[in-house]
Amino acid sequence: MSAPPLHVLERGAFDGLFAALSRRGYTVIGPRIAAGAIVYGELHSADDLPVGWTDDQDGGHYRLKRRDDEALFGYAVGPQSWKQFQLPPDVRLFRARRGGDGSLTEIEEPRREAPRLAFLGVRSCELHAMGILDRVLLGNAHADPADRARREDVLVIATNCGQAGGTCFCVSMGTGPKAKEGFDLALTEVLEDGRHFFTLESGSEAGAEIVAELDATAAGDGEAAGADRATARAAAQMGREMDVTDIRELLYRNLEHPRWDDVAERCLTCGNCTMVCPTCFCTTVEEVTDLSGEHVERHQRWDSCFTVDYSRMHGGSVRRSARSRYRQWMTHKLATWFDQFGSSGCVGCGRCITWCPVGIDLTEEVAAIRATEEAHAVDR
Amino acid sequence: MVPAAFRVAARRRDTADTWTLELEGPRPLEFRPGQFTMLGAPGCGEVPISISGDPGDPSRLVHTVRAVGPATAAICAAEPGRVLGVRGPFGRAWPVEEIEGADVVIAAGGIGLAPLRPAIVQLLARRERYGRIVVLYGGRDPDQLLYPGELRAWEAAVTVDTAAPGWRGRVGVVTKLIDRAEFDPSSAVALSCGPEVMMRFAVEALRRRGLPAERVYVSMERNMQCGIGHCGHCQLGPTLICRDGPVYAWEEVEPWLAIREL
Amino acid sequence: MQSIAELTAATPAFAGLTSRHVELIADCGATARFAADEALFRAGEPAERFYVIRHGSVTLELAVPEHEPVTIETLHDGELVGWSWLFDPHRWMFDAHALEATSAIEFDGACLRRKCEYDHELGYQLMRCFASVLIDRLQATRLQVLDVYGRRRSG
Repeated sequence: MSAPPLHVLERGAFDGLFAALSRRGYTVIGPRIAAGAIVYGELHSADDLPVGWTDDQDGGHYRLKRRDDEALFGYAVGPQSWKQFQLPPDVRLFRARRGGDGSLTEIEEPRREAPRLAFLGVRSCELHAMGILDRVLLGNAHADPADRARREDVLVIATNCGQAGGTCFCVSMGTGPKAKEGFDLALTEVLEDGRHFFTLESGSEAGAEIVAELDATAAGDGEAAGADRATARAAAQMGREMDVTDIRELLYRNLEHPRWDDVAERCLTCGNCTMVCPTCFCTTVEEVTDLSGEHVERHQRWDSCFTVDYSRMHGGSVRRSARSRYRQWMTHKLATWFDQFGSSGCVGCGRCITWCPVGIDLTEEVAAIRATEEAHAVDR
Repeated sequence: MVPAAFRVAARRRDTADTWTLELEGPRPLEFRPGQFTMLGAPGCGEVPISISGDPGDPSRLVHTVRAVGPATAAICAAEPGRVLGVRGPFGRAWPVEEIEGADVVIAAGGIGLAPLRPAIVQLLARRERYGRIVVLYGGRDPDQLLYPGELRAWEAAVTVDTAAPGWRGRVGVVTKLIDRAEFDPSSAVALSCGPEVMMRFAVEALRRRGLPAERVYVSMERNMQCGIGHCGHCQLGPTLICRDGPVYAWEEVEPWLAIREL
Repeated sequence: MQSIAELTAATPAFAGLTSRHVELIADCGATARFAADEALFRAGEPAERFYVIRHGSVTLELAVPEHEPVTIETLHDGELVGWSWLFDPHRWMFDAHALEATSAIEFDGACLRRKCEYDHELGYQLMRCFASVLIDRLQATRLQVLDVYGRRRSG
């Protein structure tokens, strides 16, 4: 099986990509700087990207720093993920007028309101996360057609990382740094020997058509090698690693390990990890009325298993302690996700480590349990 | 996610905080015993409520509801003519067909009798397909017992934790009824529903009688928001109660229930 | 018509006793009959006997001022009623009366205590039987106290 032909786009011609996307009616969403972080917003040209910036990430630490070059994609992932487009933080499921007898009339379900979106700069870990969320949301027998609609028209332009972030461990999770599938187009940025170019790999007909319109040439061996060097560099720089051997069985065997008490002393149950995680999908359904009681709306909002209310039943909450809630999150992400969806829920993006105010690191927690399992073995 | 409109056709008070509503919707809601709907008072919110009607006669949707919070209080207050929202039915049912030929022991506690009622009705409607059908029911006190007329018709053994003046029935835990019930433990199947503590002790009492956990089925509950396996709330370990339950073979859930606060 | 020895042997609480022990215990037994609502014993009275219900039901109650007596538990066919004969001060803790016409075996507690003092093996076996019954009753009482069906306290 031969690989699709690689093309090369010089930095100077990069805005041709924006032109091609604009001609097709896409709104381009990609990384840009806001409030001291790299978030996802609307882009109109390459100048909107965080040109010449990088990020310094570690447990509970995130700072932007200037690079000594003008790379467009020289950073890892920020606090936001593409999940906000697949599963928006607040979705109005319907609104209606409520009659005196409680009946609902004039029921309005949301139309597909979003413009055609092109995601620019999607990392390999994020492609995996989107695929995981697709299985969760669209694989459901009662899948909401609105969820499917949100995914249909999105054009995905991936970026292969040329350097890893301080908390990245995609190599351990088998989710990167090189994007293998799930994209229309994949770019690798190369800055070497005074040159600044991008290799382009099309992953679909739509991607190939766009490449054909750009001022791109066929890539030579040297350029392809440059791209490979970039991704190899990223793979070698992983900030973290996680031994995932039999991880599902490991966690199932250790649900009462004392390490959970240890982490509970540090965890604030703030839920940051669930907000930044690209695969956390829990939502709550809420019904609201206006003051007159005549108008009703039902909303689906992001929720977090770290709240006490999350597991509330009429007598009280099942998971009252921080220990039980942290355990729920981590074992769902790394173990029960396999039973429910056939894969891990973690893509190794490191966001939960960076954005935890106290720097709890799930790679460290797994390692600690693995290392001390025998000392604390409990018969099940 | 838009609920279907069901109008309250009849409303009956069962106990101080429990009502049974009969609802009529655009079409009869076909269901299997043990399934639930997401029942809601528009503007208040939805809750998962087991269907407690006769699966053989779905012309009216029957729900027995206990008022324990704002949504259930609004549902219980709905007079005939009021409209409630219904989504469903959802969930896995009691295995009434699979257990044909065996004695069936029904061990219910408190409001747990409501999700079992459809199974009891269906079993009794096909009496000849089963061995003995033994209904055992425990409640808090005589005023908290559901469906008293039907309990008599079902020849149920009934007990309460606390008596009231004039009560001449049994006083004691429901597990004692299990100790003394007449059934063949070598082949009988048990269906149990009630507070989790009660179900655990019931399973233990059944085990002592020689009815092993593989032949015990229970109905579980947890916080539910969507009822369709989307919101993540009703997880119990790897299982989603709205989709893989609420009815489970006891041995499926037992290892997870053994872990506190799972 | 079954003998006291046969009835004693058939009592679930005494399952596993040797026939010699069963005979020793049965020797202290006699048949008893109660009409509906007839008292078996009252709280505070000397407790020098216990019963095994043959057929019928008995309610155990505690008298509470300002109130009707509160039923603690009802006991039925084959069950043991009464253990206050075992230890000082040998006084009943509760009232008991028959809910319906009830037949029982009444065992003379003082008679049995003398036999146990003499025959420690009998004493040990009898204690085991009663301990088992007490454990079951304690377990059941704890479940009742848990009020599992009650309106849960918010937490």
